[in-house]
Amino acid sequence: MAGKGRGIAAFSFNIEALGLSRGSMPETQRGPTPLFPQIEYKPGPLKAGEDEDYMRALKQEMRGRMKDLPFNIKPHAGKGDVERYKEKYAKEIKRIEDENWTPDWNRVPKELKPQKKIIRKKRDTKKNAKISSTEKEELLNKLDALEKKGDVKSDEEDEAKGEKKENNEEGEEEELEEAYDEEEIEEENDYIASYFEDGDDFGGGSDDNMDEATY
Amino acid sequence: MTAQEVRLCGLLLQEHFGDVVEKVGTHLIRSGVLTLRALAYETKLALDLVKKSLCVLVQHGMCTFGAGRRGPAGPVEYRINCERILHMLRYPRYIYTAKSLYGDTGELIVEEILQRGQMTMSSTVKTVADRLTHNMPEGQSMDYSEVVSAFSRLVETHFLQRCPPMASAGPSSSGAVDTPPPVVTQPAEPESHPECYKLPYINLTGQGKRRRSSEDGEDDKRAAKKAKTDNSESGDEGIYWQVNFQRFHLHFRDQAIISAVSCKLDQTSSEIVRTMLRMSEVTTPAHAAFTQALSANEIFRALPSNYNIARPILDQYLTLLVDDPMEFVGKTGDSGGGMFVVNLHRALANLARATLESVVQERFGSRSARIFRLLLRKRHLEQKQVEDFAMVPAKEAKDMLYTLLSENLVQLQEVPKTPDFAPSRTFYLYTVNQLPTARLLLQHCYKTVGNLIERRLYETKENKRLLEKSQRIEAILASLQATGAEAAQLTEVEEMITAPERQQLESLRHHINKLDSSENQVDETIFLLESYINSTQASR
Repeated sequence: MAGKGRGIAAFSFNIEALGLSRGSMPETQRGPTPLFPQIEYKPGPLKAGEDEDYMRALKQEMRGRMKDLPFNIKPHAGKGDVERYKEKYAKEIKRIEDENWTPDWNRVPKELKPQKKIIRKKRDTKKNAKISSTEKEELLNKLDALEKKGDVKSDEEDEAKGEKKENNEEGEEEELEEAYDEEEIEEENDYIASYFEDGDDFGGGSDDNMDEATY
Repeated sequence: MTAQEVRLCGLLLQEHFGDVVEKVGTHLIRSGVLTLRALAYETKLALDLVKKSLCVLVQHGMCTFGAGRRGPAGPVEYRINCERILHMLRYPRYIYTAKSLYGDTGELIVEEILQRGQMTMSSTVKTVADRLTHNMPEGQSMDYSEVVSAFSRLVETHFLQRCPPMASAGPSSSGAVDTPPPVVTQPAEPESHPECYKLPYINLTGQGKRRRSSEDGEDDKRAAKKAKTDNSESGDEGIYWQVNFQRFHLHFRDQAIISAVSCKLDQTSSEIVRTMLRMSEVTTPAHAAFTQALSANEIFRALPSNYNIARPILDQYLTLLVDDPMEFVGKTGDSGGGMFVVNLHRALANLARATLESVVQERFGSRSARIFRLLLRKRHLEQKQVEDFAMVPAKEAKDMLYTLLSENLVQLQEVPKTPDFAPSRTFYLYTVNQLPTARLLLQHCYKTVGNLIERRLYETKENKRLLEKSQRIEAILASLQATGAEAAQLTEVEEMITAPERQQLESLRHHINKLDSSENQVDETIFLLESYINSTQASR
């Protein structure tokens, strides 16, 4: 496989078989082909006739019409926007059809039928959950502040939270409130209690003699 | 599903049904089969939006559902039918064919059913009658009976068919609150239903209603309410009709063959082939390789009377058709003056081959086309033989072959002389395979249509501001004219669009028209190649 000419470029196959000669190799490609290459042979003209014009008109008309049909599903619009005055008239002019198209439910799996939302209980628990989670966030923020400000401030915050909680109706809130109070009390305990025995010398008197480097 | 097909399906869905359906559809194409929950989770869309999208897709026949892997008790799985989405490209052609065969009424019927996926006969008749009445001069209106007769003709010739009925597989429970078990229904093939083409009996009399522009909302609402109650009275509840695409495709195929014959030979031969195809319409199954055998006597009797061909002349024409190298017509026997068939598969193959050759010619020049045709006929040739047979100088032949090779239109086949494939002792033969090359070209066509659509969307987006302005001005003009304004006011409004803007609008319109026509034309090639590939696969 080494070939006779060491160092001399030699192909491993017989070039003559493919009809090539050493001088007439095609150029190597340098980089990717251009995005819009030059074409030598321009494409022919489009068929133009009555039929083609009619079909093109049909296509454009159908495209416009499909946008107005109820099959064109739009993503949920932002609910914050007030319904503009002109929308009522825009709908009439563009003849947008009734948005509530329903398929024949016999021909479509039952699971695709929109389920009516029921049960008030669920909504309330959601509200409770939301409130308690926001409260937790507030709590975390305020705990950070606690470290710096000290105990006096935390009492004030407790009162503020208590006011907010009075706005809620469910009794579960009070349980959470108690839980929060307990947590706070415990955390205060954490700061007060020390983890270490009296005998240990952690960070005690090693500040004075700084001969040794601390890592 | 190839990448180009997925891309094109996505663009078509977006154009017709909006972004939400496009997202759902594309994801379902890529993943294969999915349940509702999995789909909602993976696309991160709201559940009710996903439900609505699936309803729309099922309504249009693009999505099928069935019992999943866990059997009838498990969740329903959904699958997209890609072919059906690609048919959306061909809607204008279907509508135009219906118009040429059955007039304006037929055209509107097919258009309505295509836009809505499935419809009952009564609602179609009413909508179409209303639309026709709207276009008629004041005082006239379209009678329902005419529309009904056009509808029946469409059904008789099998252009419309009933939607297959749902065979429910599982028991349905009566309303449990949390999660009722889904009723899994299996749609069957439309053709397997025995009453596929049977018209229901409906008692529908009346005329189309003209929509008056002066009395707006209330009239429409009243009419809509009335329509709903009418529907329940007309007696064809639950019977939905859809367009039979296969029948349209057979019609297009016949048209292609007839026009090819008339180009190659002459008008009379094409009439003879048209007669033969018409006679064997109902007896030939969909993907047959050739039609039923027809005797020359039958053909002679069935020719249209205004043609006045004498019997011996007909025999001469038939002999000419049989001897033609394109092999459109074949002779299978001698009884009854000669038994003749139309070779459908071979005709399609020849048409596809002509398409391939013309593509090579238009892109690479006539000498490359000569080499390509040579390789198609002679199958395998060496480099030297190619140069000799094509009568092209060696250097240019090499160049052209390498260009074709790099475009994958030509393949290299190695034939060894010795068991080790030593390069000096192997034959290198150039070859062209028609079927894989046709598939390659089909993918190029899909990519082309995708590019055309994207370019059109880009052009529209670039000039959005201008288009909106012109639309608003048109609306103002229309309202002014309706309330009877003076000419001075109208000209003042028209001048709100400046002359260069007008020019820009004009050129934009020209570009978009061109892009749309190109899409239609590429679709014709797509149809031809698809028919050829399907026919080859069916005949295997």
